[in-house]
Amino acid sequence: MTEPLLALDAIDTFYGPVQVHFGLTLSVLPGQIVCLLGGNASGKSTTMKIILGLLRPRAGRVLFDGADITGLPTPQVIRRGIGSVPEARRLFGTMTVRENLLMGAYCRSDRAGVAHDLERMLTLFPRVRQRLEQRAGTLSGGEQQMVAMARALMGRPRLICMDEPTMGLSPLYVDRVLELIRTVNAEGVTVFMVEQNASLALQIADYGYVLQTGRIMLSGPAEELMRDPRIRDAYLGGERAKVA
Amino acid sequence: MGSWFDYTVNGLIIGNIYALLAVGLALIFGVSHLINFAQGSIYTVGAYIGWTCVTYLHTPLPVTMLIVLAGCGLLGVAIERIGLRPLAGAARIAPLLATIGISLVLDQVVQLVFTPDPRALPNPLPDWRLHVGSGTIGAMDLLIAGIGIVSGAVLFAFLRFTKLGWAVRATALDRDAAQQMGVDTDAVNRTVFAIAAALGGLSGMLVGMYFNHIDPAMSFQATLKGIVAQVIGGMGNVPGAIFGSLLLGLTESYGVALFGSSYRNLFAFVLLLVILVLRPNGLFASSRQAPPEPLTGTFIAPSKPVVVPRFVIVVAVIAAAALPLVPNISYVLQTLTGAWLYAMLALSLTLVAGTVGQISLGHAGLLAIGAYASALLALDLNVPVGFAVPAAGVITALLGTALIFPAFRLRGHYVSIATLGIGEIVGLVILNWESLTRGPIGVSGIPPLQVGSLALDSPVRSYWTCLAVLVVLALLQVRLLRSHLGRTFRAIRDDDVAARAYGISLNRYKGLAFAVGGFAAGISGAITAHLYSYINYETFTSQISILALTMVILGGLGNIAGAIVGAVALISLPELFRFTAEWRMLVYGVVLLLLIRFRPQGILGTV
Amino acid sequence: MTPLLQVLGVMRRFGGVVAVKQLDLSFNAGELVSVIGPNGAGKTTLFNLITGHDAPDSGRIVFAGRDIAGMAPDRIAALGLARTFQHGRVFANLSVRDNVLVGAHTRLDVVRRSPPVIGPLIELALALVQPPGVARQQAALDAELRDILGLFGDRLLPRLDHPAFSLSYANRRRLEIARALALHPRLLLLDEPTAGMNETETAEMLGIIRTLKQRGLSILLIEHKLDLVMTLSDRVIVMDDGAKIAEGPPGLVRNDPAVVEAYLGHREVGEVVA
Repeated sequence: MTEPLLALDAIDTFYGPVQVHFGLTLSVLPGQIVCLLGGNASGKSTTMKIILGLLRPRAGRVLFDGADITGLPTPQVIRRGIGSVPEARRLFGTMTVRENLLMGAYCRSDRAGVAHDLERMLTLFPRVRQRLEQRAGTLSGGEQQMVAMARALMGRPRLICMDEPTMGLSPLYVDRVLELIRTVNAEGVTVFMVEQNASLALQIADYGYVLQTGRIMLSGPAEELMRDPRIRDAYLGGERAKVA
Repeated sequence: MGSWFDYTVNGLIIGNIYALLAVGLALIFGVSHLINFAQGSIYTVGAYIGWTCVTYLHTPLPVTMLIVLAGCGLLGVAIERIGLRPLAGAARIAPLLATIGISLVLDQVVQLVFTPDPRALPNPLPDWRLHVGSGTIGAMDLLIAGIGIVSGAVLFAFLRFTKLGWAVRATALDRDAAQQMGVDTDAVNRTVFAIAAALGGLSGMLVGMYFNHIDPAMSFQATLKGIVAQVIGGMGNVPGAIFGSLLLGLTESYGVALFGSSYRNLFAFVLLLVILVLRPNGLFASSRQAPPEPLTGTFIAPSKPVVVPRFVIVVAVIAAAALPLVPNISYVLQTLTGAWLYAMLALSLTLVAGTVGQISLGHAGLLAIGAYASALLALDLNVPVGFAVPAAGVITALLGTALIFPAFRLRGHYVSIATLGIGEIVGLVILNWESLTRGPIGVSGIPPLQVGSLALDSPVRSYWTCLAVLVVLALLQVRLLRSHLGRTFRAIRDDDVAARAYGISLNRYKGLAFAVGGFAAGISGAITAHLYSYINYETFTSQISILALTMVILGGLGNIAGAIVGAVALISLPELFRFTAEWRMLVYGVVLLLLIRFRPQGILGTV
Repeated sequence: MTPLLQVLGVMRRFGGVVAVKQLDLSFNAGELVSVIGPNGAGKTTLFNLITGHDAPDSGRIVFAGRDIAGMAPDRIAALGLARTFQHGRVFANLSVRDNVLVGAHTRLDVVRRSPPVIGPLIELALALVQPPGVARQQAALDAELRDILGLFGDRLLPRLDHPAFSLSYANRRRLEIARALALHPRLLLLDEPTAGMNETETAEMLGIIRTLKQRGLSILLIEHKLDLVMTLSDRVIVMDDGAKIAEGPPGLVRNDPAVVEAYLGHREVGEVVA
């Protein structure tokens, strides 16, 4: 049995008095693409914050590569080999695309390696090369998503965390993003993504979890989830799923 | 009278100096959304370090500058680490108030070490001047311009080409995203404070050399000018801060050329208010943009206030009234009379800042309006003092509210900046409107306190009068808070969005609160004028505003009994320990810092 | 019957994003209508436009016969529109009693019958003097607030003088509704009233909203818990990407393929393959 690269173990999360996660447990095996699905107010984005150390759980553990990283400050979590593509991209708007990409490599000190990786990113994301000296804020949504992914990859992470990567993108860019996720995964980077759009996520994922009001209601290989009617109930409510 | 060229050069040079201050403020605000009110004090410390180097160590100019940069840089890091980092989890207005406390402490330490006397800070440059057209440029002008340009270039290079510089930019743009790139935002905070302090200190030294004059009171004006430049250019905007500083310098210089040197600051603060009202985001942002997220309404630490039983209050009032029967305590009575007058101001401020959540930093301006109104009514219009004082209260209520009204649309720390500016403007208008206020000479021969033929100016009678007025004002305020207005005011403080959603018009009720507060403060100022018999534009300084705020926080924001307790404590305890004036201010600064850090709800709790 | 609320061709854009696109909506008195839709659909923006916290770029909003688009929120409240907020916004340092009494602000005589200019001064004078008329209305409100809080059983009444910050999250949400009821609204807007509540609390809230509906209150609701929505609503409006994509009785809407697509990304997700 392979050790998971990332594991959440019985996480309880609170925003003040409100409980957002109830015993959340999931794991991501090395080399997989795993997605976390769910509707509004399901607690998906909070999960990302827990993993990245932006929020501390009240109970439970976050394990990365066997080590307990629960409650570590975000910069330290990143340094252990996790890359982040935040929700709504969150590029540094007035910095150039080049500067954004190099910020992705902030923790690295091997200048030759960084230069090499920059070149690789530009090959992988040709549109980004065209816009290299432009201010990141002037790019379209889809182009920004490309830059955000490239920026995260510049850190040579073992695991890349993507928060709603297809939100707000045109269909053309949605396809591109999904294709890039596949390519990146094929090169050995494990992917954990949070998505609202179940259909898109399940197309490329190996495994999926479905969150409903802070609890995992469903999980399984992606193809099975896609055909499971209970997934509709988790999103839309219904007789078969528990009333929240 | 110099030429326009001279005025332009002068304006640009002063602007350069402001820029060194303002850029630091912009960096700090950009990275941590904090207004560093201690910047001016660091500027003063820099001037004095420079003086020490020149006078005792005889170091050459470049070495002096390095020492100033390093010393102030370290001071900046210390301020961030000791004064501000512990407040990371507190309500967002806490760091603003903490920097005010720090500035008090720093100023007083400088004053204690170096005495309040101004000193000369000669510059070691040769005394030649370059003739350009009809004007001249001196060596010092060139030095300052040179330093300004070099600093700008170095800062630009730092931000553009170094890793740490990028980390600073990234943190200012998006703190969370920067952390997700692995940036240590604590290190960024420290760096930014160090840079801001180093530049601020250097500007202090340069100003000292330029005018050949330094004194411990330089800091307040410096902070204000830096803030004005920041507001013009947009909070957190570094190039904007440079532009705003140059604009400010030129405005002041031309203003002085046209109207005289006492108008210098008036222009600065009027410009501040105009920008705050019309373009709170500064000249470079579009007016439709939402202002950066202000500090949310309440500093208040939620707490259960200590309920003082009614009989205790009655006993205290009776004891206070009976005190004059004790023989030979004239000194105590005078101290307490001062305390009662401060307590009236504290009542006013606790209503405005505590109950309605508008943290006013310029409340002394209301005292000044009341004092002048009553004095001038009595002297120029022969109004009997018994009528002049209440009339002054009403005038202060109306005028004070009218002045602050345009700032009602502002929220959070912008309100505090606006009130600071208005407080200064009041003092400056009093200084300059000579036909009305007699200008710098002040008003003397103010008739003593009396009602009809009953003289009230003996120590005992003035004590009783002030106590009686205080008790009446306090009772009225209690009644006010128990009515529907009490909960309306507090609703605005707690959540003005929800308040509006339930029909509460913010302008109407903020106006009402300032009017009531203005009345109480006006009465206090008026009585003071008749007791002092002489007042001028410097009688009611900004230090009084800060002291009043400290009293109010000490007692508990919004707490009426607390305001009185706070006033009595901060006036009488230093007397009890026989602190001299300098030590007193130092104690106030330390008290403010300790309160914010350890007991923001004050002695009696917030209401 | 003229509708109580009409939204006509309302559009609101933020920079490049159109948050609400040419929306039309009609609401009759006595109805309970729910607005649902995935994240970013524009539901809260719509609420903010109706309540005056935001102004539309074009279009009209008519409430009780008055054009209210762009009107200040405090004036709209005075017309009888009450709202609660996503995540709840009670006055943290005010007691339970004071929170509810603030809800009744627009009904106070000192506020309603206030002449221009000197109005605030008269209000101040009346507050200080407390003549019999003012005191009487205050007493009436005090009695009424017990009735309102009684709706929530013994959850809030025993805590009348507790500050709102000391209440549990669910109690704060209940207090918000009590405050809204104190306004005697003609229309009540509830923004995710059960967000963050567990099953029991949600069921309780369901009961309360149902009671309010039975009393004839007109309610417009944003909710994510679609079971709740389907049980309570006379009509459901589904928004996606700023536009209305479906409208009708709950049963019809739930199975509408467009709705499945909006939430899950594709209408075939969850479809059992024969």
